Amino acid sequence: MILLGRFAAVRDDGFCVKTDLMGILSPVAALANPARFSAFAVRILPWLAGATALAIGYGLYLGLAVAPADYQQGETVRIMFLHVPAAWLAMMGYSIMAVASLGVLIWRHPLADVAAKVATPLGAAFTFLALATGSLWGKPMWGTYWVWDARLTSFLILFLMYLGLMALRSAIDEPSRAAKACAILTLVGSINIPIIKFSVDWWNTLHQPASVMKMGGPAMDPSILTPLLVNAIGFTLLFVTLHLAGMRTELARRRLRTMRLTAARAPRLAPEPAE
Amino acid sequence: MTCPPAALFLRDLALARSGGAGLGVVFFLLVVTLTPFAVGPDLALLGRIGPAILWLGALLATLLGLDRLLQADHEDGGLDLIFLAPAPFELMIGAKILAHWTTTCLPLVIAAPLFGMMLDVGPETTLRVALALLVGTPALACLGTVGAALTVGLRRGGLLAPVLILPLSVPVLIFGVAACDPGRDVTGPMSALVGLALVYGVLGPIAAGATLRLLRE
Repeated sequence: MILLGRFAAVRDDGFCVKTDLMGILSPVAALANPARFSAFAVRILPWLAGATALAIGYGLYLGLAVAPADYQQGETVRIMFLHVPAAWLAMMGYSIMAVASLGVLIWRHPLADVAAKVATPLGAAFTFLALATGSLWGKPMWGTYWVWDARLTSFLILFLMYLGLMALRSAIDEPSRAAKACAILTLVGSINIPIIKFSVDWWNTLHQPASVMKMGGPAMDPSILTPLLVNAIGFTLLFVTLHLAGMRTELARRRLRTMRLTAARAPRLAPEPAE
Repeated sequence: MTCPPAALFLRDLALARSGGAGLGVVFFLLVVTLTPFAVGPDLALLGRIGPAILWLGALLATLLGLDRLLQADHEDGGLDLIFLAPAPFELMIGAKILAHWTTTCLPLVIAAPLFGMMLDVGPETTLRVALALLVGTPALACLGTVGAALTVGLRRGGLLAPVLILPLSVPVLIFGVAACDPGRDVTGPMSALVGLALVYGVLGPIAAGATLRLLRE
């Protein structure tokens, strides 16, 4: 009896905590409804797009016109204003996918898989952008387009992981199966990313002397740091805008698929007129 | 048989014995044979890059059995019986991984010293390669099983699993090759390799089991 009473108390307690949490999370929970989410996305997208254009425009003006050329790297240092935000978003894309994958597997949130699916090609695109700008930067810096530098190599592996996720997604026809498989692969990958990062760094120090380029250094001058931050904010806004727009498209695509399936399954009401 | 994982292990061994278990070693030999055609028959060069060739060949050879590892059981309903066995599902998957390692990877470890001799890798380095492969291949088998579980039931699964798994096997390759380096103290990379094998030994059965469980729903 005592045990039973205790169990009930714990359950009651747990229930109370749960309702409190739902109260705090109610705006998020409300957005779980796809129709409401789409309406929200439509309302906020123009503002986000405007803010993105302003931030990137201002950031590029600061970076290309105002910021001074580096005393060592010259004008090529300006590639950094594109390269660093792209690298940051490549990692943010995977983080979003990892959190969304937890949402798929644990909370079964209806929008989690949509968020994960849309973030994959976006993250892959920014990873590619980081690799391409890094390679272009490498030509004047190292004299060659590609160096097996620890950072570049880690990003190449990240890019391959993005491609693997996209391949797995496209190989599975049924959306709910694809959602679960991709969520597990994303989480396995997110456990592996620190291990890969560490081992590639270690491999790099084993085979090469110290890196040619030490980015940042102890203190970055404000004249460089400000444009960099503005650009980082601008490109993050770009990511969020594209992500929201992509999620809205994906929701519409899923609704269309359901409607088509329903239409295909529904029995014909009127028989075909005989000719 | 009273212990379901042991029964599954013995069944997989019996199945492998009746059908083409030595194919992986032949593939491994082919990779080793093709390398001199690509880089030239210079024994000094081959001896220097020998451990790397052996690791690459073994890494690729471990991928060979993956397409049938779970697919055959998925097709004939054996996977459902494994799921209903009176033992934790992850343990049953662990038994399958162990059987896969014994039939696919262990022959590679045994063949590696012989192939190392063909590439003029010194006796001490050859032993180190075999030891590193012995420690590293269980990690590869575990990762491979996760890939096989993710692609079970797919038409293009045979090609897809390696694409998913190879980026994740980079750390094993890095520390595996480093643990063969003749001119240096290899306790560091060797410990890292053992650590990786232990991490993937836990992660592999859990992730593969969770995948198969979720995809059954």
